[in-house]
Amino acid sequence: MFAAVLVASGVMVISSRNPVHSVLFLILAFFNAAGLFLLLGAEFLAMSLVIVYVGAVAVLFLFVVMMLDINTAELKDGILQYLPTGAVIGILLLVELVALFGSWGFAPDVEAIIQSQTPPIAQATNTEALGMLIYTKYVFLFQASGLILLVAMVGSILLTLRRREGVRHQKIADQVARTTETVKLHKVQTGRGI
Amino acid sequence: MEPWQLEYAPILIFFAIAGGVAVAALGASWLAGRQKPDSEKGAPYECGFDPFGDTRSKFDVRFYLVSILFIIFDLEVAFLFPWAVTLGKIGLFGFWSMIVFLAVLTVGFIYEWRKGALEWE
Repeated sequence: MFAAVLVASGVMVISSRNPVHSVLFLILAFFNAAGLFLLLGAEFLAMSLVIVYVGAVAVLFLFVVMMLDINTAELKDGILQYLPTGAVIGILLLVELVALFGSWGFAPDVEAIIQSQTPPIAQATNTEALGMLIYTKYVFLFQASGLILLVAMVGSILLTLRRREGVRHQKIADQVARTTETVKLHKVQTGRGI
Repeated sequence: MEPWQLEYAPILIFFAIAGGVAVAALGASWLAGRQKPDSEKGAPYECGFDPFGDTRSKFDVRFYLVSILFIIFDLEVAFLFPWAVTLGKIGLFGFWSMIVFLAVLTVGFIYEWRKGALEWE
């Protein structure tokens, strides 16, 4: 059931006219993928898929869709212009997929890896099994992911951060540093002004 | 059905109830209400005057920056969970590998703090 809804919502993502609807169907697809992970026994992956993809990536996509200010009528005007390039890229990807499936093979030690690494669920929970591996056996991949996150952080700041002119900032240090010399206190009597 | 999968039964029941309530609310209003749509009723309402512009206005790019920074720290926290669960078993090496990971991300954090990316002008 999860797989069927997943494929159906995937089709809706690319076929719906409203880009916001596409993003919402994408969220549905993420939820169903999380359900599939859950059925496979990968609980941690399922939960992190919901948190990271539904909670963060989908919001990012929504922002991008909003930011692009897409007008469907303008999109249709350009479709003939971009159709040949898009078709070529699509056909190339299809050829690659077919070639990949044609020469599908497993590494010789894959059976051993599957047998050895994940302890059964009765002994260790899913999260524990992951934690045992990520931080010791796959430490370089783990550090590489940290570096990728760093690059993403720096890159997004460099690309999108704009200083605006003429914006007044609150300078907390200046406010705290004020003394009574710069402030004059009045005792105002009732019924009179200063 | 394995025993650990039964732990998700409450979530399934929750989804069933949520879906039931949603269908009931929409269906009841659709059945009970009088349906007489016309073009004026379907038009966007903006306090009595005609709408000024399109509903799709352009968002500021800074929303994108905020959400991408959120994703990055979200992933960092997601990495922390398995580490915290297995901290007793992976030893000092596992501990320090996470510390290095956090240090790398802290470099980025200090960078964005100094750049003022966290401030909303």
